[in-house]
Amino acid sequence: MTKSVDRLYAEIKKGNENSIARAISMVEDGTKNALELMKKVYNNVDSAYMVGISGPPGSGKSTLTQRIVQLWREKDLKIGIIAIDPTSHFSGGALLGDRIRMNEIATDKGVFIRSMATRGSLGGLNSSIYDTVLIFSLAGFDYIIIETVGVGQNEIDIVKLADTTIFVTVPEAGDEIQAYKAGLMEVGDIFVVNKADRPKSHQMVLTIEQLVSFKEGKDVWQPPVLSTNALKNEGIADINEWINKHHEYLKEKNLMQANRKNVIRTQMINLMEKDLHEKFIKPILNDEKFEEFIESVYRKDKDPYTAVKKLLSFD
Amino acid sequence: MDKKIKVLIAKPGLDGHDRGAKVIARGLKEAGMEVVYTGLRQTPEQIVRSAVQEDVDVIGLSILSGAHTHLFPEIMKRLKEAGRDDIPVIAGGIIPEDDHQELRELGIKAVFEPGTPISKIVEFIEDEV
Repeated sequence: MTKSVDRLYAEIKKGNENSIARAISMVEDGTKNALELMKKVYNNVDSAYMVGISGPPGSGKSTLTQRIVQLWREKDLKIGIIAIDPTSHFSGGALLGDRIRMNEIATDKGVFIRSMATRGSLGGLNSSIYDTVLIFSLAGFDYIIIETVGVGQNEIDIVKLADTTIFVTVPEAGDEIQAYKAGLMEVGDIFVVNKADRPKSHQMVLTIEQLVSFKEGKDVWQPPVLSTNALKNEGIADINEWINKHHEYLKEKNLMQANRKNVIRTQMINLMEKDLHEKFIKPILNDEKFEEFIESVYRKDKDPYTAVKKLLSFD
Repeated sequence: MDKKIKVLIAKPGLDGHDRGAKVIARGLKEAGMEVVYTGLRQTPEQIVRSAVQEDVDVIGLSILSGAHTHLFPEIMKRLKEAGRDDIPVIAGGIIPEDDHQELRELGIKAVFEPGTPISKIVEFIEDEV
């Protein structure tokens, strides 16, 4: 191991913000030193408790995150926040705007906010998200919040990392219920109807209660449906209480280990897909031959099935 | 994975006009950069902390209030204290030409005036990084 990696590791452990930030950039960019660093980090730390916050755009996730963090800060807990926004499939760029709603905790010394773009979503979850969780854990944070827009498979993969997942929605989201049923509704451990001062919020609570009440069985976690008004700081203590209850439940039923093993499984799949992409697919994409193949498939000289097998040299 | 350019777009002080900042943020995103936008009315302390935690490659300050000669020195001072005066800082908004020299002496790398094509800013950032 190189000296600079050792030094970085020691500085992160001390909580040095520049070093934490630098390390996260390194894992995002996939540098060689990042790999060395993460090997050491993985072997020496266990992940802090992870809370996932997901939900449609504009449902108040960042504002809720800020409120929950403020409550935890009263108990002097240290919090790391990973605020994830999507990378544009067209430009590869991203607009990371979650900080706008977290201004009240932006200068709190016990809070570290890092915005991240989903980046190479090829192959599912961006593996640097879990790496960042581990870096935060090394730095001594008590809780880690992973906040993401809940719209697709990528986001479901991200929230599946968390020990407790909070799904946030708003009273007006009623029409989209059908869409939620298939996806994120299944991964929520706690449901929150935010902006509860608006009309029909009670109806929304009932609708979700009905949806989640299908989970049957003695040992099955029954997700609560809470209503909050994040702007006015109402209902936040309830969320905290239910996070604790869910944490207790996971410990009591010995589910923490199973969850963490699943996280490792996901992370290993991510890393394999990333390596396969880098080593095998990327060189093909950058090869002129690939364009020729597309051309000949378009002209129907070749079919795409045979072409792909040939490109990957399977035939 | 490839290195992406990460930019912080921040609005220091009390002016409430962020159309320009948002246009720049969007333009940089479309040029393939990752842009952190912090919203209105940021203190120098907030801006520097964001830059540190996000480990950005460039900081872009947008200001229309005329308080640049008051706020920018404070931001540059705090960046230095945080050990991150290596991050290039650029500025835009309504900044009279008479002040450009003073800002450059402070360490601001460039001042872009209204009407600057986004491509010019993109090019500048790419050169800087």
